[in-house]
Amino acid sequence: MTFLKQAGAIFWKDVLTEFRTKDALTSMLLFGLLVILMFHFAFEPDSMETERFGPGLLWMTFLFAGLLGMNRAFATERENDGLQGLKLAPISWSAIYLGKMLANLCFMLLVEAVILFCFALFFNFNLLPRLGWMCGITLLGTLGFASIGTILAAVSMNTRMSDVMLPILLLPIALPVVIAAVESTAAIFTDPPGEALGFWVKFLVAFNIIFITLPLMMFEYVLEE
Amino acid sequence: MTLDAPLPDVPLVRLDKVEKWFGRTSALQGVNLEVRRGEFLVFLGRNGAGKSTLLRVVARLVKPNSGRVEVCGIDVLRHPESGRERLGFVGHNSYLYRNLTAFENLQFFARLYDLSDVKDRIQKALQWVGLERSASRPIHGFSRGMQQRLSIARATLHDPEILLLDEPFSGLDLEAAELLGDWLESFVGKGKTVLMATHDLEQGLQGARRWVFVDQGKIAEELTGTDADARDQYKRFLKERRRDVS
Repeated sequence: MTFLKQAGAIFWKDVLTEFRTKDALTSMLLFGLLVILMFHFAFEPDSMETERFGPGLLWMTFLFAGLLGMNRAFATERENDGLQGLKLAPISWSAIYLGKMLANLCFMLLVEAVILFCFALFFNFNLLPRLGWMCGITLLGTLGFASIGTILAAVSMNTRMSDVMLPILLLPIALPVVIAAVESTAAIFTDPPGEALGFWVKFLVAFNIIFITLPLMMFEYVLEE
Repeated sequence: MTLDAPLPDVPLVRLDKVEKWFGRTSALQGVNLEVRRGEFLVFLGRNGAGKSTLLRVVARLVKPNSGRVEVCGIDVLRHPESGRERLGFVGHNSYLYRNLTAFENLQFFARLYDLSDVKDRIQKALQWVGLERSASRPIHGFSRGMQQRLSIARATLHDPEILLLDEPFSGLDLEAAELLGDWLESFVGKGKTVLMATHDLEQGLQGARRWVFVDQGKIAEELTGTDADARDQYKRFLKERRRDVS
């Protein structure tokens, strides 16, 4: 219980700081909206085309917008050496991971909600019949991405050119979650939903269980100097 | 949170044959040290002598390669969280969040330390460091001295037994340094223990009585006395070291 309270305190601090500065949210949102707008002009947005390239486009936008936010996750800790302050507290260092991962998840989901709305608007695509599935898949895919992204953001934080290092480390490891998210989104974009949906959703659940448990166990070693 | 006070004869801090390597560089070489309750101990040494590493090992921010470190009788290598519960740490950086107010910063740390009576504690702490009027201001507008005072409030919010300070006077003007020196004296007056690393003997050390000269990761000399005694001895010590090098 104390562990969750400590993770909650870190989550609260990150959310409060972000809503005060809006640094990550603004860049994520602007980037996401620009990509959707660019693709709106690049492709003919009819329903057949949207079914075909929509899932990939959506997840690429989510992914790269998420990367921008992920890079900021530990940037606030660099000012005044905040991470040392967290490490000095009598908490399990895994609580730092959980708090930060939940904050990243929260920011990404907020931005993705706006991107999804704009996608439906610009591509004239009716998301309402699939909204439940879409929310579930978005949550699972984003959770997987945030869980790996947060630990790798901590790894790359003290490297030279950490902004470049994070995508280089993250994208190959996040590939399975991206494939599963795109495939399951593609399955719900067809009417009726494709048969593969069940498999990919189970894959996402399994991936999340593994990639939340592993960083929780390894984070102490990541922060160790 | 209840912190059990250790028995009076148990050293509050004990380092036994502590060694630390950063790659091929040896930062600490078989350091042995015992610090008793109520002591104000200062580590003196040149840049890179190993003073900061010593403090960071005590706080278990870095893991030594070998040796044993105890805080209030607790082996901090095995139980780092229990050890840190009894420590406060003030460094050159404040560890504070510039977009949060002074109150929010302390509230955050109070949550991490799972403290009770949070509001009351924070108000008392802010009053103690003279920042009660700035409680609702984001700290990005604070001067270096104000940030350092808030940093002390953060480090002592959980009423630690031991306060570790790493170059706390750097960047402070004379007035702020004198204030910090007075606070440290009053802190030790309450029966608390202070371990400080510095290379600056000119500021705020009037309360210190035990001096440890650190050189090349080893405790080279120790002395007990006033800051005036320490100043003379330390100058002699540095002169001898320079002669050894040349």
